Amino acid sequence: MSTPAPEENVASFSPLDEQAVAGALNEALAAIAAAGDLEELKLVRIAHAGDKSPLALANREIGKLEHADKAKAGKILGPTRGRISKALAERQVVLEAERDALVLVEESVDVTLPVERAAQGARHPLQSLQEKVQDLFVSMGWEIAEGPEVEAEWFNFDALNFGPDHPARQMQDTFFVQGMQGQSEPGESGLVLRTHTSPVQARALLERDLPLYIACPGKTFRTDELDATHTPVFHQVEGLAVDKGLTMAHLLGTLDHFAKAMFGPEAKTRIRPSFFPFTEPSAEMDLWFPQKKGGAGWIEWGGCGMVNPNVLKAAGIDPEEYTGFAFGMGLERTLMLRHGITDMHDIIEGDVRFSTQFGMDI
Amino acid sequence: MPNIALPWLAEHVETPADLNAEQLAADLVKVGLEEEAIHSSGITGPLVVGRVLSLVKEPQKNGKVINWCQVDVGEHNVLDADGNPTIARGIVCGAHNFVEGDLIVAALPGAVLPGPFPIASRKTYGHVSDGMICSERELGLGDDHDGIIVLTRKGFDESELTVGQDVLPLLGLDEDVLEINVTPDRGYCFSMRGVAREYSHSTGNTFTDPGLRSDLPAASENGFAVEVRDEAPIHGLIGCDRFVTRVVRGVNPASPTPRWMSKRLEQAGMRSISLAVDITNYVMLDLGQPLHAYDLATLSAPIVVRRATEGEKLTTLDGVERKLSVEDLLITDGADGSRVLGLAGVMGGADTEVSESTTDILVEAAHFEQVTIARTARRHKLPSEAAKRFERGVDPELPPVAAQRVVDLLVEFGGGTAGDEVFDLNNTTPNQAIKFSLRDPERLCGVPYTDQQVIDTLREIGCVVTPIENSTIVDVVAPSWRPDLTGAAELVEEVARLVGYDQIPSILPIAPAGRGLTASQRARRSASRALAESGLVEVLTYPFVSQAQYDELAIPADDSRRVSLTLLNPLQGDKPLMRTNLLISLLDAARRNVARGNTDIALFEQGLVTRPTVDAPVAPQLPPAVKPSAEELAALHAGVPAQPRHFAGVMAGEFARSGWWGKGRDASWTDAIAAVELIAARVGVELSRVADTEFMPFHPGRCARFELADGTIVGHAGELHPKVVEALVLPARAVAFEINFDALVDSLTGEAYQAHPVSTFPLAKEDLALVVDKNVLVQDVYDAVVAGAGEELEELSLFDVFEGEQVGEGKKSLAFSLRLRSADRTLTAADTAAIRAAAVAEAAARVGAELRS
Repeated sequence: MSTPAPEENVASFSPLDEQAVAGALNEALAAIAAAGDLEELKLVRIAHAGDKSPLALANREIGKLEHADKAKAGKILGPTRGRISKALAERQVVLEAERDALVLVEESVDVTLPVERAAQGARHPLQSLQEKVQDLFVSMGWEIAEGPEVEAEWFNFDALNFGPDHPARQMQDTFFVQGMQGQSEPGESGLVLRTHTSPVQARALLERDLPLYIACPGKTFRTDELDATHTPVFHQVEGLAVDKGLTMAHLLGTLDHFAKAMFGPEAKTRIRPSFFPFTEPSAEMDLWFPQKKGGAGWIEWGGCGMVNPNVLKAAGIDPEEYTGFAFGMGLERTLMLRHGITDMHDIIEGDVRFSTQFGMDI
Repeated sequence: MPNIALPWLAEHVETPADLNAEQLAADLVKVGLEEEAIHSSGITGPLVVGRVLSLVKEPQKNGKVINWCQVDVGEHNVLDADGNPTIARGIVCGAHNFVEGDLIVAALPGAVLPGPFPIASRKTYGHVSDGMICSERELGLGDDHDGIIVLTRKGFDESELTVGQDVLPLLGLDEDVLEINVTPDRGYCFSMRGVAREYSHSTGNTFTDPGLRSDLPAASENGFAVEVRDEAPIHGLIGCDRFVTRVVRGVNPASPTPRWMSKRLEQAGMRSISLAVDITNYVMLDLGQPLHAYDLATLSAPIVVRRATEGEKLTTLDGVERKLSVEDLLITDGADGSRVLGLAGVMGGADTEVSESTTDILVEAAHFEQVTIARTARRHKLPSEAAKRFERGVDPELPPVAAQRVVDLLVEFGGGTAGDEVFDLNNTTPNQAIKFSLRDPERLCGVPYTDQQVIDTLREIGCVVTPIENSTIVDVVAPSWRPDLTGAAELVEEVARLVGYDQIPSILPIAPAGRGLTASQRARRSASRALAESGLVEVLTYPFVSQAQYDELAIPADDSRRVSLTLLNPLQGDKPLMRTNLLISLLDAARRNVARGNTDIALFEQGLVTRPTVDAPVAPQLPPAVKPSAEELAALHAGVPAQPRHFAGVMAGEFARSGWWGKGRDASWTDAIAAVELIAARVGVELSRVADTEFMPFHPGRCARFELADGTIVGHAGELHPKVVEALVLPARAVAFEINFDALVDSLTGEAYQAHPVSTFPLAKEDLALVVDKNVLVQDVYDAVVAGAGEELEELSLFDVFEGEQVGEGKKSLAFSLRLRSADRTLTAADTAAIRAAAVAEAAARVGAELRS
């Protein structure tokens, strides 16, 4: 207060000089309109609405006026300064929008750049397929049963009505296991690598209550050399249902449902007579495969039949009271059919490029 | 498996004139005889009889001598100026086993031989060769390449051949042959008789059974006697219950086998040997009864059928001396059966075989027990045609019929005379009646068969069906050729397949409500999916491994992982072991990937491993189809080795990728541990982690061992030992993990997790840097801070580890951030200061920590 105001802080016109005030207003509005960006507008704001702007300085003079003139000057200056503030605010909005638009455009990126920084994992399609099969049967109220891969011969053969001298037992291309005491003849250790998932059925019949509806997916073993269509280690899924009143019609109904779930609504199955020791009547099952190379047609899919009464008896079940059906098919074959895989090597060699192409689901 | 030639089949069953192999296959598959293959000669004509008019030997520069032949091929000759085929064809031939005047097989331009090999006129050795003179191999008839077929040496008479005649029907090359697959229950289909019967079942065409004859001579007193002395029957069944012998004298040993017969033998895949042997084989193929022809002069009555004695030996027809088992059933003669003539029903011996000088023949037609034959054939690895039939079951009523057929044919084609000696030892037991409910076919098949339909069908297959009055039960006696029809289910199958499987409707059964997937199955999926989502690729590998692989991983000799089951018949001799851990085969897969250029890898596998114990009991052999007792069941379970499910993984090279954003990150020991922690989290189990300094194949300083709360070791993770990485040629610092997944799942209590309430009071944050000795474990510091801070500590994280001059020699600084929150009030500055102080005090007390200044 004691310091004298510098020269430039002195009002250039009286607050009562309406013409001068109107001139300052017009100058301010013109400057605001002319401001091309926010930086310019900031300078305009200082020049025309800042503490040292002509109108602000004039405003300061009001205090020095006579009482009657104070009100008059207020009426002249107040609305004028209000108009300038409003114009500034409006221009501010316009210029901000312009600036934002410009900045966002400048910040734009190439959205086609690769973005996968994390390595991509994948499930093995055979495992995904087994889960899909499991889900299908679970959705029908069935349960999923599992068992050991190194299996007692009794469960793999005898419980399933393959006697020790049954020709079918010789046809199974069995891997025999040496006992831990060095037993060297097939049969001495009482163990084999299971040749099918059927021993799981034998175990389930002994362990579970009736009625029984189970599917058994799993790894199986036969002494086939690896080539494009054979592998000594492969996967099957088997189904077993034991209940009162089950017939081959129910077997067919289940197979048709399964086929459609795996291969689409046009898929269907047919059966033709065959032989398995653990089923009687027995059948081979063909699948009507709409996507077959060279045109839709029948292809072999698996075996099935009504559970042999001897198998039920081996589990202490009365075959007069209960009947059952069973079926089994190779999952590698199913996978190869579904996905047009032509070489078994790709499935079993563990090359990451095979699994990776399937990603998480199949 | 049996080959079916259509004209032969037509001798027993009506067939349409236009029947072809494809249609026959379609007809037979309906009744359960599946097509294995259709064998076709692959030859199209002109393939004709030619006579070699002249043959000029022409030596060539290359040392070879070729024959320039003029061959008369009748109407196929070259046309003369008048348009008549009079000019013989010139053909170049390199073989030399024929002479001028021979009748040969000429393939003329336009013919196609197997290969396919089209024949055309071509310039060779200075001539235009206008066709080819054929060998057996070129026609797919045998392996003889040099041997040109001279038709008169193949059993053809000059009088039945004319030049220019089509050779295809002569040699049976115009007939397709259907090979079928016969399931083990249908032994009778290893004969034309059985297949004709099935064809009749499929089509309804009339079948005439060649196995039924009413004109057989009765057994005579003077028959060549046979004694069965079976002192060691298997399963109480005498090894031989029928033995027919017949005698034919004065057979001309030089008599050729008729062409039609040798052709049929060839079509069946057998070679023509001599008339007597060919006839026994032919009748076997036709009727299904294995037969044997002996040189009568070499035999001394009686023939004795007995089991072998310990140490006995026999040289079989294939020239192999075989050590016999006391289970082997033998055909013998001499004093008390001292001379062994052959393995009954499997293979004869050399001593008494018909030879080039045999004129008097003894015909054997016997019935042997299935198991005895099956075991002998298996033991001596002799899956002979005879054994194949006996082990599946042969009609016990056939021997006299088949023997008569052999006698008839020897008389007709060998010029012999049937002897009046007819011997028939018959101890067969007729098939027992099966009580069969006429409701059973519907009960099992879901098709409303009528009673009459069921009875008619059973009669059609040869059963004798006797209704029981006022009952839906009938007595069914199966025909003698169907030993497989032992119960109601087998009869039901007959009804179902003859009426047609296509009659069975399709009905989806409604199962009772299930319980969904098991905890293990759900956890397995969750863990697999989590690993895949975090960048690991699931693979499958074989469980077969070698000792060398364990050596490569430097697994110590006394490590329990070396206790493996061994396969008796591994496919790869050097990989006979069942893996006891997944890593051993997964590392092999990793190596394969790297070798193929997939150097940034993150693999995982889940699967069973086999963990036998050294003193594992043997799994007992129990009788088939009998429910085991509780003790027997327990013994079965005890005999099966433990096979826990494991998860394992291998990571090497870049794990987080490099890219335009900058450098990625290589897989490190932390990724392996994180994978195990991820699995445990998905299962819902907390694991503790301690350093393991001696667990190969891991780096001794960078391996964590995982334990359950009760101290059970469940797995390991960390960096692989550098020596192992080097041996497997993996990228440096490759890491791995393996965990016993079943152990995790088994530790679950099944009880639902009990939730903590969520506090809505404000959060307070504190940071804390503690200096401890370098060798203090982070886990111990962490535990101390958690204990000291008390229940207001919501979250504790380590955000920096620092070693350097500022913290002093042998020290490290651990910087934690604490998130503090009370359940029932707003924490004041004094509260948080007190918590902080308590945490520092506890850390000081437990691990000597000092607050970093």
